[in-house]
Amino acid sequence: MKLPNTSAMPVSRRVFTLGAFSAVTAVALSACGGGSKPGSGATATAKDLAAAGATTITMWVDAERAPALKDITAKFKVDTGIEVKLVVKDFSAVRDDFITQVPTGKGPDLIVGPHDWVGKFVQNGVIAPVELGDKAAGFSATALKAMSYKGSNYGVPYSVENIALLRNTALLPAAAATFDEVVAAGKGVVDAGKAKYAFLVGLDPKQGDPYHLYPLQTSMGSAVFGLTADGGYDPKNLVLGDAAGVAFAKKLVEWGDTGSKVLNSNITGDIAKEEFKNGKSPYYLTGPWNVPDLQKAGLKLAVDALPTAGDKPAQPFVGINGFFISAKSVNALATTEFVTNYLTTEAAQDSMFKAGGRPPALKASFDKASSDPIVAAFGKIGQNGVPMPAIPEMDAVWNDWGSTELALIKGKGDPAAEWAKMAAAIKSKIGA
Amino acid sequence: MTQVSETRPDADQAPRSASRQQRGGRPPSFLGKTFGMDSLKGTLAKVVLLGLVDAFAVYVMMMLFISAQWPVLVVAALVTLAINWIYLRKGGLPAKYLAPGVVFLVVFQVFVVLYSGYIAFTNYGDGHNSTKADAISAIQLTAQKRVPDSPAYKTTVLKKNSDFYLLFTGPDGAVSIGSAAKPLTPVVGETLDGSGKAVALPGYDTLNFSQILANQTEILKISVPVSSDPAQGSLRTADGTTAYAFKPSLGYDAASDTFTDAATGATYTDNGHGAFADKSGQTLATGWKINVGFDNFVRAFTDPNLRAPLLGVIAWTFTFAIASVILTFGLGLFLAVTFNREDLRGKKVYRILMILPYAFPAFLSGLVWSGILNPQFGWLNQTLLGGAEIGWLTDPVLAKVSVLVVNLWLGFPYMFLVCTGALQSLPTELDEAARMDGAGAWRVFRSIKLPLLLVSIAPLLIASFAFNFNNFNVIYMLTGGGPRFTDTTRDIGSTDILITLVYKVAFGQGTGRDYGLASALAIVIFVIVATVSAISFKQTKALEEVNS
Repeated sequence: MKLPNTSAMPVSRRVFTLGAFSAVTAVALSACGGGSKPGSGATATAKDLAAAGATTITMWVDAERAPALKDITAKFKVDTGIEVKLVVKDFSAVRDDFITQVPTGKGPDLIVGPHDWVGKFVQNGVIAPVELGDKAAGFSATALKAMSYKGSNYGVPYSVENIALLRNTALLPAAAATFDEVVAAGKGVVDAGKAKYAFLVGLDPKQGDPYHLYPLQTSMGSAVFGLTADGGYDPKNLVLGDAAGVAFAKKLVEWGDTGSKVLNSNITGDIAKEEFKNGKSPYYLTGPWNVPDLQKAGLKLAVDALPTAGDKPAQPFVGINGFFISAKSVNALATTEFVTNYLTTEAAQDSMFKAGGRPPALKASFDKASSDPIVAAFGKIGQNGVPMPAIPEMDAVWNDWGSTELALIKGKGDPAAEWAKMAAAIKSKIGA
Repeated sequence: MTQVSETRPDADQAPRSASRQQRGGRPPSFLGKTFGMDSLKGTLAKVVLLGLVDAFAVYVMMMLFISAQWPVLVVAALVTLAINWIYLRKGGLPAKYLAPGVVFLVVFQVFVVLYSGYIAFTNYGDGHNSTKADAISAIQLTAQKRVPDSPAYKTTVLKKNSDFYLLFTGPDGAVSIGSAAKPLTPVVGETLDGSGKAVALPGYDTLNFSQILANQTEILKISVPVSSDPAQGSLRTADGTTAYAFKPSLGYDAASDTFTDAATGATYTDNGHGAFADKSGQTLATGWKINVGFDNFVRAFTDPNLRAPLLGVIAWTFTFAIASVILTFGLGLFLAVTFNREDLRGKKVYRILMILPYAFPAFLSGLVWSGILNPQFGWLNQTLLGGAEIGWLTDPVLAKVSVLVVNLWLGFPYMFLVCTGALQSLPTELDEAARMDGAGAWRVFRSIKLPLLLVSIAPLLIASFAFNFNNFNVIYMLTGGGPRFTDTTRDIGSTDILITLVYKVAFGQGTGRDYGLASALAIVIFVIVATVSAISFKQTKALEEVNS
């Protein structure tokens, strides 16, 4: 702190300049952070714009789904003069951001995502029901069932996704029906020295993966929730822990580390994909999202029906991507117009499939897309599927379910006891 | 390197006392005079910058005025006035220094802390997301169900004397009109388009799409009862071109503040916990945020699913934080001493290599290590241990060891850096003098270098403790807190530290998000860290006094 006379003035000036600059930034930040609400401000702006014959819809979308929507929103602007502003958000955060932002008025008019968000959205009061009217007839029954929650429809479906069994036809030319046959055929390839694994499925070494194993579970007659009278999932009726579930739990031990080692919890999704890509296994249980990369690697693929481990059909969880309208949209009419009248057309669904590659939910568009045998095969399997439960209670299921399956695959604990403990833990959480 | 004058007691005494004398010797009015005479350039810069600040502030305030944010507007105006006053007045140099810092402190620290404190006393989380008014309107919105088997009506929006009317064309071609005030009445004289839809009526103006959009708020509100029988519902349009008959499955009565189920007659009343519930305790899906007092704190320590693991987690958090500090400091110091030799060649290269782990983002390293430690496919087991299947991340004890080792790898470069800096600032004469007196290398290190180092490094160790106490990245990316405990239904595991536990509670891995409980736990963490730091700093002060 030496301040000789001569340098005193320059110092004070520099300090001042710095100080003033920081103050500019500070005010800017306090304006952003201090709770100004563009949402309510936007009411006025949107009205002014609309009066001038133009308006905007804000849509939140994640990076994976965004490419499918760029063309269609541009076309909508040409047709109606309404601009759809795509805001690309991180997939892992977009749902929770939507839930926290909508009540403040800062949320978007529209969000794109999988249907199993609906329950949580309704629980938090952030989305509005959508009446599809006669347009509903154009969509597949599974898609409509998935979007409806407590008797109302909440979303406009655009694509359907489910897993299937991929087969490397270079290693195995013929399909098998049951899981035992699949494993036996795979073992044959391994014994012949042409592959390293009889069967691949990506599991998480920390969490397991009940989603991918669910077709095996349903083929043994075990499900997660029972159904209500109107066909929705009943959170009060957790059937996961029933006798069929216990039978499946015992099978997991048989397939796991202490048994035949068909299921290997050290094989993550990435490892499974890499090994299958390198021709190390004839079979890979996965979804359509991995197909393009595998085809690029030059693999000849066949899509087989999901193998059964019991005498019931193997039903995968079906995920429906769709559009959901904010309960607090300041531009609800334009948004509804865009979603129910524009995105439900064949041309729109075709365009979204072309750009995004996800099988369309509209039947007419799906039929066109089915000229690709892989899309057709995935779609056929999806018709047997069940919608992923959208009820908020499902959140409480995944974790225990996954970790219990993981423990059983590792051969830890008695299957009947562990499975019962898991069911009891889930029940205590959801109050069923 | 700036520590040179700080850690050398005799060297920094001199200038300090000199400046004290200088300042004391000046007449008190001198400082004021200096700042009263800004040069032209200075004044110009001041005017321009302050002008920019004010212009921006005025813009912000206009936006706030438009959106009717009165409290924020008042605060913004006061802040702007204060900034102008601080920088325009003569003198008051400390305020000019402090003002920007204080503003940042308020925005980024005080506000956040107070807000978390407030959330800790609410039930904010899934199902309790907003205000009661929002919850009521959300319930009303979702309760609107289309009357089963009712037809769709093609709809045109009309306007007469600034009132809006809906013109409905039924499936049988019957045309009728209705509005918010006018019940559904059949009309004649309508104009039909090619599809048989009525598009105009004499005496009314037909709105085009952009006109509909411009008045959407009023148009969306229009609800026209189909008949006097409420079971047939009311016609509403959501897109301005089609209308359906809706009827609410739940009716809200504002006077008694209750919802009544139209089908069963069950009434739902405010249950005092931020939700509407019927007599059996069955609640409606959407609730709202309320203040719950100390409930969250009570729950943190009494919920059996949280309490049993909580003590284990607290113990492990301390172990992890303390062990991390000791290990990283030990290794960092050892390497710093080793690489501090004057005669070592290629010192710079070694030092750069040492600092590399510090240059990677911690979350990335966590993911990479998680791959390296995969029991079957990980590089460690496959290449180094010849295919041994050791569950580095899946065995409770080994997972803890792995986390500590990875954190050591991530953390030692920092300690290496600061120790190197501090070592270089130690006077070499002390070293020489000690050796002259016959002390060995260890003795010199133990009795001279280490105590001197600790004076400058101890506060950093405390900071490092506080950092590791909340070292979210390493834990979350490496093990995700797992392997899970078996005695709790919550997703809490052997390597979870408090902050990852809070994250899991807040962002719902299992039971939905619970910001209230998470904030309460965050406050508990704050209390622990603040206490430990305060005690440690007191100890450090003692250390400093002994040495000086």
